[in-house]
Amino acid sequence: MSATGQAVSPGTALPDLDPLDDLDHDRRRRRGLAWVGGLTVALLVSLPLAVALGPVAVPVDVVARVVGHHVFGVPVEVTWSPAQESIVWLLRTPRVLLGAAVGAGLAIAGVALQALTRNILAEPYLLGVTSGASTLAAASILFGVGTGIGSSSLAGSAFVGALTAGVAVFLLGRVGGQMTSTRLVLAGVSVGYVLQAATSFLIFASDDPDAGRSVLFWTLGSLTLATGQTALVTGAVVLVTTLLLLARARHLDALAIGDQTAQALGISPNRLRAVVMAVTALCVGALVAASGGIGFVGLIIPHVARMCVGTAHRLLLPVAALLGAVFLVWADVLARIVLAPQELPLGIITAIAGAPLLFVLVRRLNPTR
Amino acid sequence: MITARDVSVGYDEHLVVDGVGLSAGPGEVVGLIGPNGSGKTTFLRTLYAALRPRAGLVTVDDQPVAGLRGADLARRIAVVAQETPSDLPVTVADMVLLGRAPHSGALAAFGRDDHRVVAASLARVGARHLAERRYATLSGGEKQRVLVARTLAQRADHLLLDEPTNHLDIGYQHDLLRMVGRLDVTTVVVLHDLNLAARYCTTLVALHQGRIVATGTPAEVLTPELLREVYRIEARPMTVDGCLQLFFSPVEEQSTSPSGV
Repeated sequence: MSATGQAVSPGTALPDLDPLDDLDHDRRRRRGLAWVGGLTVALLVSLPLAVALGPVAVPVDVVARVVGHHVFGVPVEVTWSPAQESIVWLLRTPRVLLGAAVGAGLAIAGVALQALTRNILAEPYLLGVTSGASTLAAASILFGVGTGIGSSSLAGSAFVGALTAGVAVFLLGRVGGQMTSTRLVLAGVSVGYVLQAATSFLIFASDDPDAGRSVLFWTLGSLTLATGQTALVTGAVVLVTTLLLLARARHLDALAIGDQTAQALGISPNRLRAVVMAVTALCVGALVAASGGIGFVGLIIPHVARMCVGTAHRLLLPVAALLGAVFLVWADVLARIVLAPQELPLGIITAIAGAPLLFVLVRRLNPTR
Repeated sequence: MITARDVSVGYDEHLVVDGVGLSAGPGEVVGLIGPNGSGKTTFLRTLYAALRPRAGLVTVDDQPVAGLRGADLARRIAVVAQETPSDLPVTVADMVLLGRAPHSGALAAFGRDDHRVVAASLARVGARHLAERRYATLSGGEKQRVLVARTLAQRADHLLLDEPTNHLDIGYQHDLLRMVGRLDVTTVVVLHDLNLAARYCTTLVALHQGRIVATGTPAEVLTPELLREVYRIEARPMTVDGCLQLFFSPVEEQSTSPSGV
């Protein structure tokens, strides 16, 4: 290369590009779009179906008309019964929407935490937030810490508990100014254990024989407390979190490979971890406050999404969010109808569906492919 | 052009790097050598601002690296660092695409040209056929080639390598360094193998206990006296086909007088 002037011209190291070899750019793009498009359609189809299905089935066209009537004020003749109206509009629509939001939120939180700990077993509850929520919810139910009864104040104390635990993990993980992946995992595990012990102690110390059962809600997770408001708030939180993470997609790619790689690309790993951790903890805190701790979604869905579209976060995040939403919506449908009229805790369904997936993953993880 | 002047790095009271400097011009390959714990890697990390030195100044093309934003720095300096492997199943193409990150906006998708650059970079290191493989499944030699391809995709004209020949068999060691030498970029490389350093570096900087003990051409630096002092090894320099190479033998335990060199 001819050196013009004093400095070398940029890119002298690179040979001429081959215009024909673009790594199948078009195929890559089409594949990404197909996944996002297909899953979006799947979600849009799932939502009304999930509202229609349940111990009392409601025809899908009734669902469409009720929702259309309420949301868009479509002037249709009222052909449905008041019972159908309240089932569709007051009970199931908020519940299905909350399920979609929580599923999406858990999935992206799992993606983010797996990237920043580089640990394939990392999941949203690693941050100890579920345990924190359960502890404060238990204190609230059993000893009236906070105002006591009323689901909104319970959600409030669960949120406070979740955040406190998240902050504790964060601070423990940062001792000495350096937040390494291993330290973060250890901090999460230890805070989780302490809080679980505290919850057990509270249950044991109370006179209420039903105490354990009411606390179980937060540990197993449920969408039964869904209201239009919680669904909207949770949805908004998940949306904002997704956007904040998407804006750092490239940085997450680098961090997932290693701190050295991130630094080599001009990214400060410690600062990025702190920001992503804070965003994720806020999001998971809100999820837990709305629905308790629904296991397995945040662990499994990120892996499934990676199998579908690879590890680049710009595509991985939306695909994981959509997969998580669809998965949880259908898991909740099963929870409603398997033992109808009795309802199964959602955590049982996600565990039964999730564990076999985990086995498959363990086999797939064989590094020799 | 990378220059470092009087760089010191320390943790607490202890100085790991003490007043080290170097200058690497276009096309030069500067080798950092020295025993374990002599501060080579620590010093290298100050060159790309991954570590902030306690004192001293590092510049790239006359601009202080501390003042450059992350992406700006990454467009000038590319790094092959030592990395513990991650569990996540990254493909080779995605690994090399990371090198395009400093060149594109945070939200923009990688375009056709980014993919072309990745393809050409992989082709340049003879690893085009590995694009769809998972990085973790590659052999040590293939991994290093892919990491070098990433630095090519980054299109920086400064290249820093931290013991790139680790875990490579001898064929790949020479392969890699010959390839790096032909890249026509400013290179600083940490090397353990002194014969590789003698063959492929234009300049050597020898560190011992955080300080520079010698700097110059391989012939000026790799003297029996210096190697005895720094590595406690007897070395017999010889010239084979115009290239300096060293033959090593251990220092006698009790002997007080230097044995015949």
